[in-house]
Amino acid sequence: MALITYREAIKQALDEEIQRDENVCIMGEEVAQYNGAYKVTEGLWAKHGDKRVIDTPISEAAFSGLAIGASALGVRPVIEMMFMSFSYVAIDQLFNNASFCRYMSGGLMNIPIVVRGPANGGTNVGATHSHTPENMVANHPGLKVVCPSNAYDAKGLMKAAIRDDDPVFVMENTLLYGEKWEVPEEEYIVELGVANVLKEGEDMTIVSHGRCAMLSLQAAKTLEEKHGISVEVVDLRSIRPLDEETILNSVKKTGRVLLVEENKPYCGVDAQISHIIQLKAFDYLDGPIHRVSSIDAPQIYAKPLEDWQIPNEERIIEGALKTMA
Amino acid sequence: MATPKKKSASKSAKSIDFAAAPINQQLSKEEKIDLYRTIIGIRRFEERSLRAYNQGKIGGFLHLYIGQEAVATGIVSLMEKDDHIITAYRDHGHALAVGMSMNECMAEMYGKYTGCSKGKGGSMHFFAPDKNYWGGHGIVAGQTPLGAGLAFALKYKGLKGCALAFLGDGAVNQGSFMETLNLASLWNIPVIFVIENNGYSMGTSLKRSSAEENLAHRADGFDMEWEVCNGHDVYEVREVANRAMKRAREESKPFLLEIRTYRYRGHSVADANHEKYRTKEEIEEYKRTKDPVNVIRQKLIDEGVMTEAEAKKIDQEKKDEAEASAKFAEESPYAPRSEIQTDVYSEVDNDTEGKLKGTYFFND
Ligand SMILES: Cc1ncc(C[n+]2csc(CCOP(=O)(O)OP(=O)(O)O)c2C)c(N)n1
Ligand SMILES: [Mg+2]
Repeated sequence: MALITYREAIKQALDEEIQRDENVCIMGEEVAQYNGAYKVTEGLWAKHGDKRVIDTPISEAAFSGLAIGASALGVRPVIEMMFMSFSYVAIDQLFNNASFCRYMSGGLMNIPIVVRGPANGGTNVGATHSHTPENMVANHPGLKVVCPSNAYDAKGLMKAAIRDDDPVFVMENTLLYGEKWEVPEEEYIVELGVANVLKEGEDMTIVSHGRCAMLSLQAAKTLEEKHGISVEVVDLRSIRPLDEETILNSVKKTGRVLLVEENKPYCGVDAQISHIIQLKAFDYLDGPIHRVSSIDAPQIYAKPLEDWQIPNEERIIEGALKTMA
Repeated sequence: MATPKKKSASKSAKSIDFAAAPINQQLSKEEKIDLYRTIIGIRRFEERSLRAYNQGKIGGFLHLYIGQEAVATGIVSLMEKDDHIITAYRDHGHALAVGMSMNECMAEMYGKYTGCSKGKGGSMHFFAPDKNYWGGHGIVAGQTPLGAGLAFALKYKGLKGCALAFLGDGAVNQGSFMETLNLASLWNIPVIFVIENNGYSMGTSLKRSSAEENLAHRADGFDMEWEVCNGHDVYEVREVANRAMKRAREESKPFLLEIRTYRYRGHSVADANHEKYRTKEEIEEYKRTKDPVNVIRQKLIDEGVMTEAEAKKIDQEKKDEAEASAKFAEESPYAPRSEIQTDVYSEVDNDTEGKLKGTYFFND
């Protein structure tokens, strides 16, 4: 096992997939000659050249649609959104064309593209650059979406996404790019639709995804040490498809649930999870399901306020204590 | 094929004395000194903000306007009562030019409650509607249809004004901008699109991002007038922009103005690579021959409008003002947490009698 960053893990996945399949190419703003705004694609252009690693103008709608069209003929483009926030100027391409072409063609067409890039707040850049649209993506049948919380998952999910025959969004996180985890040297895949129990516990379940899963894990340790509460932490990894079974098994074991995500609460991913739990494990619940989401407002710029707006350990612990009350 | 509406002014720029243009001739001595004051003010303010950023007092992104100051200064100096302005994230220069104070701008970058947006918008999102300044927008080209909308409203309301929508050379490749060009021309909207062509969009040179490097030529495809000029001489900017603005106000016609300029710093301060995609010589050459601060300072001294000593004094005043703004920002408080959820809905903020129906916010 090598200790590598989340950024390096994604780069390895891209590099390996480019080598494995001649149809895989990367496209986006500053991905080639500049080595990526966040250096995720560093060195790939030098190694694989203009055909496989392609700089685009600032034309998200055009290159997203172009990727969809190219994928119809077997090219497998991985498009980088410098920030997932910028995919909003390409919504028609991604949320109409990528998600519905297969359906509207009666299954005659499929769209094997990957849309990747950071989707997070906490970086002091204000409302226009801090979106977490995994809930919006999941609200569009035909699209898939994953939110890796660590380097191992980032690499494994990226490879799965590239090999997938449907459009898959990979939501990364700029605050995780520099963090390190153990990643095996040999090839592996993390399948879509499989959650990961980060920590086992008895008293309550925290369901989370992305960076919030890591914060929840930290909070779980504090809850155990300081409050004597044994917390099980389920990291969804994949939002759609969703591993209902792992969620429900954990809930049935603990009877109490806290949902933690960086999304804004209204129609966030956790709204769906909450529904599933009450529908399929109602009799196992010992109390209402609680949530910790971002405070319901556009992202504030001021750093200390933003740090309070998005979930943090303090707010998760507060939520957990409410859940146990 | 459409014939080009206007020829580029840049080729003949050397031979034209823009100081002699009527719009510049009519400036009083004090107004001329004000142009210098604004340009040097922007420079000193941003240099101070850079220091604050490097000290970790300002976070996020910091897109400096250093090198481009004469563009916003020249155009804003032509604004009349019913003229409006909107720009992208490289917005500090425009903000100071319209008369926003260094204090409120610096405090906003620090994220403080005393900032122009209470610390909610940050460096990329300055607003001052009382000064006809409508932002400060973070999404590339997203402001351009809004600019057309400002102009649409002027026409709708029968006001004699124009709207100025600034964008970068990379932003021209957004669909929203091209759609807006067509609408503006089709509907005869009095908007001037000002492309501040600094040669680069982040690390991508113009050559690598636009198939037709003469960006203003795009106007031809929309039957819109265009012109190209240089951005280092505030007199030149004023001469060219004045004609476009006058025409917009008087004939309600849009205009595409491409201004050739240059940014000295990286795309944002985080862009440490900026000497990799361009040469040090390229940067130094521009600074040496076309620095907008030096150009106007020298012209005013040569004209006998101000002395070297007076120029120095103004420079020092602006340094002091910038320094004071950093102190002001430093000493200002952050907004209380309760402010996170204000300014989201106008109706909620103004619901003093509690008459609104329905739930507006959804945290547990
Ligand atoms: C839709 C969108 N895509 C990408 C970005 C990231 N981005 C911000 S500025 C920029 C470069 C813009 O260059 P240009 O238009 O030339 O303006 P300049 O920065 O030179 O003033 C990019 C790619 C963004 N903010 N919005
Ligand atoms: Mg530019």
